[in-house]
Amino acid sequence: MKIERLLPGLAGIVLLSVVPLLPVPPFWITILNNIGLASLVTIGLVLLTGVGGLTSFGQAAFCGFGAYTTAVLSTNYGVSPWLTLPLSLLVGAATALPLGLITVRLSGHFLPLGTIAWGLALYYLFGKIDLLGRYDGISGIPPVEFAGYRFLSDDSIYYLIWFFVVAVAIGARNLLDSRIGRGIRALRGGGQAAEAFGVNVVRAKLTVFVFAAVVAALSGWLYAHMQRNVNPTPFGLSMGIEYLLMAVVGGSGHVWGAIFGASIVLILKDVLQRFLPDLIGTTANFEMVVFGILLVVILQLSRDGLWPLVLKALPARPPKPVPVSDRKLSRRTLAPAGTPLIRVDKARKAFGGLVAVNDVSFEVPAGRVVGLIGPNGAGKSTTFNLITGIASLTGGTVFYQGQPMSGDSPRQIARHGIARTFQHAKILPDMSVLENVALGAHLRGSAGVFRSFLRLERAEEAALLAEAAIQLDRVGLSEYRDRSAGDLALGQIRILEIARALAADPTVLLLDEPAAGLRHGEKQELASLLKKLREEGVAVLLVEHDMGFVMGLVDHLVVLDFGTLIAEGRPADVRKHPAVVAAYLGGAA
Amino acid sequence: MRETVSPNLLELSNIHVSYGRAEVLHGISLAMKPGSIVTVIGANGAGKSTLLNAVMGIVPSKGTILYDGAPVPRSVEGRVAAGLCLVPEKRELFATMSVEDNIELGGFLRSATERAETRADVYSRFPRLAERRKQLAGTLSGGERQMLALARALMSRPRLLLLDEPSLGLAPKIVVDILNIVAELRKTGVSILLVEQNARAALEIADEGYLVELGDVKLSGPASELAVDPALMESYLGAHG
Amino acid sequence: MTSNMKASLSANQEPGQNLSGIFRNRRNSLLDAMIAAFLIQDGITNGAVYALLGLALVLLFSVTRVIFIPQGEFVAYGALTLALLDGAKVPATISLLVSFGVIAFLLDLWGMRRGTDARTFLRSVGLNLVLPGAIYGITAALAPLGLPSVAKALLTVLIITPMGLYIYRIAYRPLADASVLVLLIASVGVHLAMMGLGLVFFGAEGLRAEPLADENYTVGMLMVSAQSLCIYGATIAIIVALYLFFERTLLGKALRATAVNRLGARLVGVRTHLTGVTAFTLAAAIGAVSGVLIGPITTIYYDTGFLIGLKGFVAAIIGGLGSFPITAIAAIGVGLVESFSSFFASSYKEVIVFGLIIPVLIWLSLSHAFHEEE
Repeated sequence: MKIERLLPGLAGIVLLSVVPLLPVPPFWITILNNIGLASLVTIGLVLLTGVGGLTSFGQAAFCGFGAYTTAVLSTNYGVSPWLTLPLSLLVGAATALPLGLITVRLSGHFLPLGTIAWGLALYYLFGKIDLLGRYDGISGIPPVEFAGYRFLSDDSIYYLIWFFVVAVAIGARNLLDSRIGRGIRALRGGGQAAEAFGVNVVRAKLTVFVFAAVVAALSGWLYAHMQRNVNPTPFGLSMGIEYLLMAVVGGSGHVWGAIFGASIVLILKDVLQRFLPDLIGTTANFEMVVFGILLVVILQLSRDGLWPLVLKALPARPPKPVPVSDRKLSRRTLAPAGTPLIRVDKARKAFGGLVAVNDVSFEVPAGRVVGLIGPNGAGKSTTFNLITGIASLTGGTVFYQGQPMSGDSPRQIARHGIARTFQHAKILPDMSVLENVALGAHLRGSAGVFRSFLRLERAEEAALLAEAAIQLDRVGLSEYRDRSAGDLALGQIRILEIARALAADPTVLLLDEPAAGLRHGEKQELASLLKKLREEGVAVLLVEHDMGFVMGLVDHLVVLDFGTLIAEGRPADVRKHPAVVAAYLGGAA
Repeated sequence: MRETVSPNLLELSNIHVSYGRAEVLHGISLAMKPGSIVTVIGANGAGKSTLLNAVMGIVPSKGTILYDGAPVPRSVEGRVAAGLCLVPEKRELFATMSVEDNIELGGFLRSATERAETRADVYSRFPRLAERRKQLAGTLSGGERQMLALARALMSRPRLLLLDEPSLGLAPKIVVDILNIVAELRKTGVSILLVEQNARAALEIADEGYLVELGDVKLSGPASELAVDPALMESYLGAHG
Repeated sequence: MTSNMKASLSANQEPGQNLSGIFRNRRNSLLDAMIAAFLIQDGITNGAVYALLGLALVLLFSVTRVIFIPQGEFVAYGALTLALLDGAKVPATISLLVSFGVIAFLLDLWGMRRGTDARTFLRSVGLNLVLPGAIYGITAALAPLGLPSVAKALLTVLIITPMGLYIYRIAYRPLADASVLVLLIASVGVHLAMMGLGLVFFGAEGLRAEPLADENYTVGMLMVSAQSLCIYGATIAIIVALYLFFERTLLGKALRATAVNRLGARLVGVRTHLTGVTAFTLAAAIGAVSGVLIGPITTIYYDTGFLIGLKGFVAAIIGGLGSFPITAIAAIGVGLVESFSSFFASSYKEVIVFGLIIPVLIWLSLSHAFHEEE
C-alpha cells in the first residue's frame, strides 16, 4: 500500500517508542502516561460527541467502572489483571448499554444534561458503596504482569498505555472509515438522511455510546494498575468535564485531535500547577480558571478546535486511490414499465384542525416520471413526507407493489428500494463527495462494528465505494469525488443527492425539488438522466416548482392546491386546466 | 432637514445574496417612489422572500441599499427605527402572548405617546382584533393572524412596509380582504413593497411590478402592462406545451 | 478535585441532615407528625431557594437559549460576600467585579476598532468602568463601618448583580449565533472559571453569614426561624416582581417575545443584546438574593454553588426549561425529596436527587415534539 500515506503514523509510533529511552526528566513520562490514559477516553468522546453529535459530560464514570472492576477482582479475589481486562471492558459495556438506551433517546440539549445527571449520581454512588471502599477507595492493586515481567515503573507501563492508545486510535479510524462509520458520521446532521438510506439511527448512536464507554473502561483499567489504588475522585463530573474540554480543544471531529487535545490540556495543567503558585501565591486548582476561559475562548474563536489548524499547517496527504472492485453488488430486478409501484390511496394529513393533505390518491408506475406540483403551501411536501414515512398518515394508505406500508419507518421504506432526495439538501458537508454517495449504498453492505474496527471488511467496502464512484460518474460529478461535499455549489449538491439515491439501487426515486438552484445546462442534463432512468424501468416521483422543467419531462402531472388534488393527467392538458391556472396566477382566470 | 437627493424611497442596486456557497440573488436592482406599491412576483423559489429579507437586514447581502437617499442602517433594529418593517411570510407572531401584547410590542422602539396614538388607529382599522385583544395570538384564524401581523407592523409607524406573501395559505375570500387592507394602507402615505405569488391580485393593486425568475429580474414595468405580458404566464406555468 | 467535592458535600449538610442526626435513634419507630412537619418545613425552605435558582435558569434559557450551569456561582459569591461583610471586611468580590468590567470594556473597545460614535463609547465607559468603580468605592468605604444587616444584604446584591451583565458580554455575546449545545459547553467553561475565581478570591475555607434576623417563632409545635420567613418572603416577592415585570412592562414583554419567537422579536426592533443583558442581569440579581438568603443557614464554600445550582436545575428541567410555575412547584418538590431522603437514606441523598432527573428527561424527550437546532 502507499507508503507515503502511512509515513506520518509510522514516524509517530517510532517517536513514541524512543521517548523513554531518551534522557528526558522522569515527570515527562508521568505526563505522557496521563496523556495516554486521557487520550483513550477522549478518542471515545471524539467519536461520541465530535462525530456522532452526542455531547457527554459523564465519560469519567465509565473509567470508574473499568477501574473498580479490576480493583475489586484483583485485590479481593486475586484475579489476574489480564483476566480482569475483558471483564472491565464488559462491565463498561454492560453499564453503557442501559444508560445508552436511555441517553440516546434524549433529544437536543436534554442529552448532555442527562449525562451530567447520571455522571453526578454515579460519582456519589462510587463513594457510598462499601465494596468499593467508599470515599477512601481501594488500594494495593497488583501491577500488570507479563511473562514474569511486572509493569511497575512509569517507563514500562508507558509502553502498555501507548500500545492501547495507538491500537484504539487506529481501530477508531478504521471504524469511521467504514459502512458503519458513515452511519455514525451521518448522525450529526440529524440522521434524517441516514435513516432514509436504511441506517438504524438509534443503533448507530448506541454503538458509538458503547464504544466510547468501553475505551473509557480500558483507560480506567490501565489507570488502576498504574496508580495501584482507586478512589471516586478521578471518576467524577469534573474529570468528565475535563475530558470534554480535551475533545473540544483538540477538535471534536478528529481522532488524532483527541490525543492532541489531551496533550495540550494536561501539559497546560502541569505547567500551571508548577508555576502559578509562585506567580499568584495560591496553591490549589487555579488551572480551573484557565481551563474555563480556554473552553470559552476556543468556542468563540475556533469552534472546531485546534487540530484543524495543525492539519492546515501540515503538508497535505496524497488522496486515496480510486476504489476498484471486482465484486459485483447484487441488483434489484425492476418491474416492467407501467406496473404500479406506489399507490397513494386517499392519503390524509391533518395538523390539528388544519387539513394539509385532503384525501389525495394517485399512482407512480414503474418506468414513468410523475410530477407533483402546486403553489406554495399546497401540501406537496407533506404528501412527499407521507410517502417517505417522515410524517404519519391521519387517514388513507400508501401501498408499495400492493402491500400497505403506512406506519413503516423511513428505514423500512428504504428497504423496499425507495430512495429519495431532500428539498433542503441533507448532505454531510465534512465528508467527501464519494462517501456521501456511498451512504446511499448502506443497505447493500453488511459489515458490522467488529469487522470494521479490525479492517476485515475491505473487499465489501471497496465494492460499495466503487459503486458510489460509478454513480458519481453517471451524474457527472466524478471530478469532485475527493472534495468535501460542503465545497459543492447548491446545484451540484442536488445532483449529489441524486447520485446517493441511485447508489441505493432504487426501484422508485422520489425527488424533492431536484431542479431548484440548477443552471439551465444542468437542468437539461438532469432531465436526460431522469429520462434514461425511466427507460431502465425506474419509477420517478418529483415535486417541482420549475414548470418548464416539469412540462418537458413528466408523463403524468398531479396538481395540488390547498391540500386537494385539483387536476391530474398529461402535462399539456393540465397546463390549460382553468383550476390550475387560477391556482398558480390567482384571481378568476 | 437634509435635502432629499433621490426622489426614490428605496433604491436597490445590484443586490447579491448567497446562502453558503450558493448564490440565490444575482444582482437585483429595483427602485420605488414614496407612497407607491411595488410588487415583486415570480414563481416559487425565485428568490422573492430572500430579497425582502435582504432589505430588512435579516440575511446579509452585497450591493447597495439606499433608503431615503442614504445608505440604510446596518442592524435590523436600526432599520425598524428608520421606518422599515417586514411582515414575513410566516408572520412570526408571538403565539403564546395576547393579541394586545403582540400589537404593543410592534411599537417597541416608539415612545409611549406615539404608541398610544398608533394603537387607537390600529384598533379602528382592525376592529376584529380589538374584539380579541385578550385572546392568545396562537388561537387566531389564518386571516386574523395576517391582520395581527399587519397591525403589529403598523405599530412601528413604518414608512416602508415589506409584505411577504400576505395571501399565503388564506382562503380566496380572505385574500381579497387582506389585499384591500393593503391598498387602504397606501392612502395613509405608507409605501409598500409587496411580494406575492398571487400575481394577478398583486398587480391589480400595485403601481409597478417586477417579475423575478431564478434570482434575476426578468421583467419590470407598470403593473397594468405586466399583467398582460405573456412572459408572466410562461414564468409561472412553464414554456413547453 | 476530590477535596472540593467532599468539601461541598459537607457544606451541603443542610438542616435536614442535622435533623436526621437528632432523630436517628428513632428511625425505626413510626415517623411521627412532628418529624414530618420539621422535614416539610426544612424541605420548603430549601425548595424556596431552589425555586429562585430554577426561575433564573428558566428565564435565561428561554430568553437567551443559554443553559446557565454557573447560576449557583452567583449564589456562592453572594453568600460569601455577605459573610465577609459580616466580618466588616471588604469583600474580594469587588475586585472581581472591577476586573470583569475592565475585560468587558476591552472587548467593547475591540468591537469598536472600526470606528464608533461618542455615545456608544461613553455608554461602554459608564457601564464597564464607572459602574464597577463606583460600587468598589462605595463598598470599600462602607464595609469597614459594620453595616446593619439589611444594608449588607443590599450591598451584596449591588455587587453581584452587574456581574451578570459582564459575564454575558464576555462569554456569551460573541456566541450569540451558536447552537444550544455550544452554549451549554461554554456554560461549563464559565462555571469552571467562576468557581476557580471563587477559590482564588475567597479561599478554600467555608463561611457562614449571620442571619438577617435571629428571632425564632413557635407556631403550634413548629419552630420557625426568622431567616426561614425571610426566605419565604423574598421568594414570594421575587416571583411577584418577575410576574409584574413580564406582564406589565414593555421590556418584560419584549423578553417574553424573544423567548417565544426570536425572529419576530428582532422584526419589531428588540435587540438580541438588550434581552441578553437584561436576562443575565436579572439572573445575577436573583442569584445574589438566593446567596444572601442561604448564606446564613448553611456554610458556603467557593464550590457549594454548583451543587445548589444543580438542584435548581432539576426543578428547571422538570419545568421543561420553559415553565415558571412548574419550575417553582418542582423546586419545592426537590427540596422535600432532599429533606426526606436525607432523613431516610442520607448517604444516597445526592444519588436520589440527581437520579430523579433521568426519568423526567426521558418523559420530556418523548412528549416534546422537539426539533434540534442546527
